[in-house]
Amino acid sequence: MKKLLLEKDHIEGIRFYETYRREGGYKSVEKALKMSPAEVVDEVKKSGLRGRGGAGFPTGLKWSFIAKPEGVPRHLICNADESEPGTFKDRYLMEFIPHLLVEGLIISSYALGSNVTYIYIRGEYAWIVDILEQAIAEAKNNGWLGKNILGSGFDCEIYVHRGSGAYICGEETALIESLEGKRGNPRIKPPFPAVKGLWQRPTVVNNVESIAAVVPIINMGGDEYAKIGVGKSTGTKLISACGNINKPGVYEIDMTISVEEFIYSDEYCGGIPNGKRLKACIPGGSSVPILPANLLLKTAKGETRYMNYESLSDGGFATGSMMGSGGFIVFDEDQCIVRHTYTLSRFYWHESCGQCSPCREGTGWMEKILKNIEYGKGKMKDIDLLWHVQSNIEGNTICPLGDAAAWPVAAAIRHFRDEFEWHVLNPEESQRRNFGLAHYADPLIPIGELV
Amino acid sequence: MADQPLVKVTIDNITIEVPAGTTILNAARKIGGDVAPPTMCYYSKLEDSGGKCRTCLVEVSKGSDKDPRPMPKLVASCRTAVMDGMEVKNITSQRVITARKGVVEFLLINHPLDCPICDQAGECDLQDLSYGHGEEGTRTEFRRRTFEKHTLGNQIQLHMTRCILCYRCVLVADQLTKTRQHGVLDRGDRAEIATYIEKSLDNDFIGNVIDVCPVGALTDRTFRFKNRVWFTKPVDAHRNCSKCCGEVRLWMRGDEVFRVTTRRDIWNEVATASDGKTGWICNECRFEKKKVSDWVIEGPTKVNRKSVISANKYVAATKPDEFLEEVMKGVKPRFMLDIHNESEVNEPELRLDLIDGPAHSNDFKIADEAHNKKLLNGSE
Ligand SMILES: Cc1cc2nc3c(=O)[nH]c(=O)nc-3n(C[C@H](O)[C@H](O)[C@H](O)COP(=O)(O)O)c2cc1C
Ligand code: SF4
Ligand code: SF4
Ligand code: FES
Repeated sequence: MKKLLLEKDHIEGIRFYETYRREGGYKSVEKALKMSPAEVVDEVKKSGLRGRGGAGFPTGLKWSFIAKPEGVPRHLICNADESEPGTFKDRYLMEFIPHLLVEGLIISSYALGSNVTYIYIRGEYAWIVDILEQAIAEAKNNGWLGKNILGSGFDCEIYVHRGSGAYICGEETALIESLEGKRGNPRIKPPFPAVKGLWQRPTVVNNVESIAAVVPIINMGGDEYAKIGVGKSTGTKLISACGNINKPGVYEIDMTISVEEFIYSDEYCGGIPNGKRLKACIPGGSSVPILPANLLLKTAKGETRYMNYESLSDGGFATGSMMGSGGFIVFDEDQCIVRHTYTLSRFYWHESCGQCSPCREGTGWMEKILKNIEYGKGKMKDIDLLWHVQSNIEGNTICPLGDAAAWPVAAAIRHFRDEFEWHVLNPEESQRRNFGLAHYADPLIPIGELV
Repeated sequence: MADQPLVKVTIDNITIEVPAGTTILNAARKIGGDVAPPTMCYYSKLEDSGGKCRTCLVEVSKGSDKDPRPMPKLVASCRTAVMDGMEVKNITSQRVITARKGVVEFLLINHPLDCPICDQAGECDLQDLSYGHGEEGTRTEFRRRTFEKHTLGNQIQLHMTRCILCYRCVLVADQLTKTRQHGVLDRGDRAEIATYIEKSLDNDFIGNVIDVCPVGALTDRTFRFKNRVWFTKPVDAHRNCSKCCGEVRLWMRGDEVFRVTTRRDIWNEVATASDGKTGWICNECRFEKKKVSDWVIEGPTKVNRKSVISANKYVAATKPDEFLEEVMKGVKPRFMLDIHNESEVNEPELRLDLIDGPAHSNDFKIADEAHNKKLLNGSE
């Protein structure tokens, strides 16, 4: 498979301008600045690129929505807040090939008419701020940023802004608030950022990987890019794989490979260590539903599940999950689903901004119930209560963090209810050993044989 | 908005025409009655309010004539504009009723439920909401969240445990006063209203936070524990004030003015004053003019909200002779707390049941003094 983003990450010195340029860097800027901004947007539309930040919204379409009122500046913001547990692909990209992001930002800013562009980076990525700022300075010294870039008349500056350690500031409107120097509360929509974003100006927020993908799109043309992948999952996707696998790391995949291949082949995760068996997996970052092994490798219809947007969500939430942000977390037979769900619920409770009642109160409530169950103090009715609480949160909040807190809990109960019940019924034993595999894990049992 | 074209919207099968740009909530309020969703954070007189509490969620079963698709999620009616031909379900939607019950439950799981000692009781939106839209009983057995006590000066009392984080008081400080001295600190269920470094709130119009606060989180210190609202009689009055409209509501008992507040409309929001502007009042009128002679009395307030105040049919309660178990049909209470012991408020040994008729502030004063004396002498 031909890599588009991580093709040159192994080259010595690729982090620095000289090498990056020698290897063909910034060619897309030369090409794009000869096109009109609308033509650049068109190429991105043709490419079928979908947002890599989690929601998978078509990037070209998003760009075409940006309002263009006369005399009002527009902004592009790169979302580098990457705080979703299990997701660390943007970090890799920014740390090892920062110029790819800078290059993508220049073209994207040109397409959107943003003369002042921001990178909002997760506060904990402190050392990457230096790497990015150096890359930006190098680009500027070589005429790729600043006034009248390549004589095109287009001006552009890029600033890096560090967040202060809040997951919620990855939500685009909370990010904008935070960038404005306010408390990172998500805004109530409408108005959407495309109409009123940063300082009430039209704004587009895109994930690091989405922006980086614009570089190969311009270089090869949108139509060519769209030929890679399958269906509406065009191009390549970065997956950060972690958990019980032999080779954790960031992989660039063509979205035609199967989940099974991704987990077991030596090119990617390299299988499960210590001869253990696969129990479950969260395919797209902590917010998306967890799937038991049988539903992960095959869909409910018994078809092979592939690593792409459509296939991962096949079956809806009843039997499927989501591509999400590409944070691929693998669990082997020794992992406790109750413990894991409790850990996640603690995360969401800690990260809720507290603006809306269902999320503010509900996340804390779920955390407390799950803690009880995990520590052997749960009752049978707590499992139903948990289900009700999550369903009262889901869909009723201001921003998707509420959903993100509810989905993992719902999926854990949906697929692993017997494990929760076992915890309740065996409070002491559950402190000493794990529930293990039960009937839903590898080796694959056809879904029909499950009761 | 007057020259906006009119659009048609149907809410709970009632169709009306409103100017384009009107929110679903305001359209529903025009219809009135039960069709108007309950609100805890929206405040029509404060810009950018609403969207937070989620009690006003409604179902949009048809987006508009142009795009008839239903909206997949319930929407906050206070922040969603109507479209021509939109169809909305409020009380006719089971989804809405369920979601609203959920929201009420969320608002209550950490609420101290200290209504018996809360000055807001009787005019509290959360009480009304729970009666109107909540479920009986509670499903939580966890310890309720509490906060460190902070003071906001001599005039305004903050009880953070009762706060529902509607942000109205933040908006009042932003929009009515010169500088905002308080805000929301921390996040999630630890988020709290505070001044960071203990400051007192004493901007000219800051007293209005008391009136916009839907619960007893912000109350008037000059009225603190003086009386229950339903024992006082609301009277409309005005004075010539150089700072504000001077049109207020006095809460009186006999000749005593216990409390001065803004006037309210049927949605429990500050009413419009005779000059056409919102009737916010200044701190001087609110906190310092507590004599009848300060005011020109207009007459008793016509309370048009269905609340304890308007009922005013108070009958002296008799103490039940049965034991609790009998009253509760054999169900044993899980735990009981004696509010007199639990709360710092009622420390004074005042036996309310021994007082003839409703308690008067003087009764508290006497009890207070006795209590202080006891503390001084160190009776234990
Ligand atoms: C709670 C929450 C956290 C988020 N965190 C991130 C993040 O860290 N990085 C990111 O790119 N998008 C994040 N998003 C998604 C953004 O809101 C937004 O959809 C995304 O940046 C759009 O970029 P894209 O279209 O390129 O995917 C988050 C969303 C939510 C609700
Ligand atoms: S859903 Fe949670 S994080 Fe999002 S606005 Fe509401 S309280 Fe804040
Ligand atoms: S103190 Fe009152 S007005 Fe302020 S946010 Fe809390 S509930 Fe709302
Ligand atoms: S009144 Fe609409 S969300 Fe609070």
